[in-house]
Amino acid sequence: MQKVYTKIDSIAGNVITVAADGVKNQDLAVVSSKHGESLASVIKLDGKVVSLQVFAGGRGVSTGDTVRFLGYPMQVSFSENLMGRIFDGSGKPRDNGPALTDNMIPIGGPSVNPAKRILASKMIRTGIPMIDVFNTLVESQKLPIFSVSGEPYNEMLSRIAMQAEVDLIILGGMGLKFDDYLLFKESLEKGGAMSRTIFFVHTASDPTVECMLVPDISLAVAEQFALQGKRVLVLLTDMTNFADSLKEIAITMDQVPSNRGYPGDLYSSLASRYEKAVDFEGAGSVTILGVTTMPGDDVTHPVPDNTGYITEGQYYLKNGRIEPFGSLSRLKQLVNKDTRDDHRTLMDGMIKLYAAFKEALEKKSMGFQMSDWDSKLLEYGTLFEQNMMDLAVNIPLEKALDSGWEILAKCFTPDETGIRSELIMKYWPKKD
Amino acid sequence: MAMNKGTVVGINGNMVSVKVDDDVSLNEVAYIVLGETRVKSEVIRIKNGIVSMQAFEMTGGIGVGDLVEFTGEMLSVELGPGLLGKVYDGLQNPLPELAEKCGFFLERGEYLKALPRATYEFTPSVKKGDVLRPAEMFGSVPEGIFDHKIMVPFSLKPDDYVVKSIVKKGEYSNDETIAVLTDSDKKDHDLTMIFTWPVKKAIDLYEERLKPVDPMITKTRLIDTFFPIAKGGTFCIPGPFGAGKTVLQQGTARNAEVDIVIIAACGERAGEVVETLKEFPELLDPRTGKPLMERTIIICNTSSMPVAAREASVYTAVTLAEYYREMGLDVLLLADSTSRWAQAMREMSGRLEEIPGEESFPAYLESVIASFYERAGVVRLNDGSIGSVTIGGTVSPAGGNFEEPVTQATLKVVGAFLGLSRERSDARKYPAIQPLESWSKYKGVLDDKMVENTRGVLFRGDEVNQMMKVVGEEGTSLNDYVIFQKSEMLDAVYLQQNGFDPVDSSVSVERQKYIFRKLFTILGSEYALESKDAARGYFNQIRQKFLDWNGCQWGSDAFSMQEKELDNLLNEKFISLSSENEKILG
Repeated sequence: MQKVYTKIDSIAGNVITVAADGVKNQDLAVVSSKHGESLASVIKLDGKVVSLQVFAGGRGVSTGDTVRFLGYPMQVSFSENLMGRIFDGSGKPRDNGPALTDNMIPIGGPSVNPAKRILASKMIRTGIPMIDVFNTLVESQKLPIFSVSGEPYNEMLSRIAMQAEVDLIILGGMGLKFDDYLLFKESLEKGGAMSRTIFFVHTASDPTVECMLVPDISLAVAEQFALQGKRVLVLLTDMTNFADSLKEIAITMDQVPSNRGYPGDLYSSLASRYEKAVDFEGAGSVTILGVTTMPGDDVTHPVPDNTGYITEGQYYLKNGRIEPFGSLSRLKQLVNKDTRDDHRTLMDGMIKLYAAFKEALEKKSMGFQMSDWDSKLLEYGTLFEQNMMDLAVNIPLEKALDSGWEILAKCFTPDETGIRSELIMKYWPKKD
Repeated sequence: MAMNKGTVVGINGNMVSVKVDDDVSLNEVAYIVLGETRVKSEVIRIKNGIVSMQAFEMTGGIGVGDLVEFTGEMLSVELGPGLLGKVYDGLQNPLPELAEKCGFFLERGEYLKALPRATYEFTPSVKKGDVLRPAEMFGSVPEGIFDHKIMVPFSLKPDDYVVKSIVKKGEYSNDETIAVLTDSDKKDHDLTMIFTWPVKKAIDLYEERLKPVDPMITKTRLIDTFFPIAKGGTFCIPGPFGAGKTVLQQGTARNAEVDIVIIAACGERAGEVVETLKEFPELLDPRTGKPLMERTIIICNTSSMPVAAREASVYTAVTLAEYYREMGLDVLLLADSTSRWAQAMREMSGRLEEIPGEESFPAYLESVIASFYERAGVVRLNDGSIGSVTIGGTVSPAGGNFEEPVTQATLKVVGAFLGLSRERSDARKYPAIQPLESWSKYKGVLDDKMVENTRGVLFRGDEVNQMMKVVGEEGTSLNDYVIFQKSEMLDAVYLQQNGFDPVDSSVSVERQKYIFRKLFTILGSEYALESKDAARGYFNQIRQKFLDWNGCQWGSDAFSMQEKELDNLLNEKFISLSSENEKILG
């Protein structure tokens, strides 16, 4: 039964209200105006007054436009046909391909029973030493890239998308600059990864409400593929835009803001998305790699702050490099014991030495005397930054470990590294 | 009694407004009927005849005019044998059983019995004609390592009850009547092993509340020695993300010397709960030799699970803790994290359009936090035995800034503050408890003067370090430099503890006392050191020897050999012991 209402009582921002009967919370409706049709979803019921958020925005909607309730919540089509396709935040094709309507699944479904989760145990190789060696990405992990705007985070994401050993990549773009959208498209096409990628893209010029839908729609599809045994990597860029659109709607709805205008449920809203990362027992997995731009490089801003409490670590992107300090992968311990026997020791040893290098650098800049040891550290630090931290370096984990040993051997004697003797015997480069 | 019914008139997020004709009480549980599905919710406000309820599940698909059924009961938990080792959600739904029924996802409207039907060997402890009062025991069943007391339901009104009949020793199902009591109005009450209690009401059926004095050993040196926690006391662990709150909590849950540990994973990552879930059945409790899971209950309402149930989860956890306290047991409740619980209150408060307080937390935040921590305590029970509930809560302050409402409200009511610092965790100094700012009001297991004196070394070392950042190493006197080296060594060998090392991860009190004495002597001694390089080198050596010593099994040959090596090293340059330290050592 589809009811049509022709009197819209109020229009404020992207939210309209209409007096209607028998409407269910979160149901979809179609708003038809002379500018075209748009979907809308019910976000509040108060007696007969139904508030809806209009996906295409409130602009141009007239009080005399018609609202038709569909009687079901937001859904997305799920099938193999999604592969290689590009959609917008409400699931409409962006690529001139046919609209998909078969096998519709609801979005924003229930959360996974913690008793059914299993411990993460598989590494995802990316070819980036700062990730593979020092903060390994693990299947079913949820990890954001904390970045200042202007850093090449989207380049990094597209590189990871191309190199990561997963079955399927879903890219959820929120408030993406059109250039960045093209960058993803081109680099994936060039890399031949397009056929195993699905795009859900909201660009900066699209309506705000669609931005809010991108994570849900991407993750609902990812979850279904994972249940079918696929290993899915979901890239979400940029979650700060998502949070900002939550803020916009909350304020339109006269909600009391909690911190810098963000709604009080920001933590829960972010968590319910990130927690979709999961390893299903006996099926596939969902891994989430997000981007959170930090306004003003401020990690205490509500969005990165709440994100940090939710995710299992973070990558700090600064000056075009992943910073070893502040970056953390909480799950790396679960996998780096099985890669190569020198992985953990080398990782810790090199970071400690790099920390010592930073101290030496500080001493130098303060004009204090430099000892022999300090000069060695300075040389080490430079090599470390060139051969490990530079994002242009693209080598598999084993090569990266070997390269680590070479750097150590170039700068230090074995006993200066604080590494156990048996590993030194096994891996210290021999002089020919 | 006919069931009280109502109809939905409005929905805003997880708040549902309902119109009712009959009487409704605050905190009453109601179900919103959606065909086959029933969504549990709780009454949180009644205003102008409209009842506001928070739904414990998602509200999608609910519409105006839907039927609501009121139960007439407050949100309650089931108490009885079989709670230990269970994994519940915030409303006491057993999660593994739910998984068996529904598969991967938490489907809406699925509620299972908290204590499934099972049989236990019941041993009566009273006979016909005996007089009992609520909370007095009338028998017991074995549960894990101890006897689970079967008590007269706490919810019966205070009265003298005469035992009319009681079953003989034997196997009984937990839902079978095992005793009948007659009250003073000659009304009979059938008792089973299970009864219910409303979660938001503290269980106060004890003789008197005592001052917490006995230390609760956590086997973490920094806590037991410097910031001790008392059985029946409260403590909080605030810290920015990634500082190791959860790891510290997990370690405490493993090592704490208590009878029962209840973990309330409140609005945190599901992955961490999974770690506990997979680990605890494998790990053995050193005190009993049984798997740790047998003394643990997990209440798990992770961040993606509905918010209202998150608010309920800490109450569910503390009610279970109080129940076991009534049996004369020591219970530790770890709530991770209380900030998420406070945020759940904030979300609800916002939907109720209450006037917001600081950072838009509700104005009653402080009193709610205080009354939660006040449910901890040592009590002397009616039968003279002593039981305790210790509460430890982590706080996740926004931006790592302790000046925010939840941290401040918590600090007002707790007895110990273990503040974690980003600086220390960045430097991989674990546990990252900031030793200069944390405090505890409880008495520890070590000599107070020794501890005080040792903290003094930390403070002076920190001063020297600050100064050195300005004037450089060359501008610092040798004496000051030695103090700095001593405090660095103290930090490395005693404050820091390797959580992954089998020996170092849990240190017994005897061992703490022993090595602390040794450390105290080192800190108070003067050594023949002619230059800063010599000082740095020497203390590095001591540090290395001490760290190796920390890795030796207590009481083993390796332990005494390593100690001898350390002593030899110390004797090499020893000159004299300061008179103050000598006096304290006695």
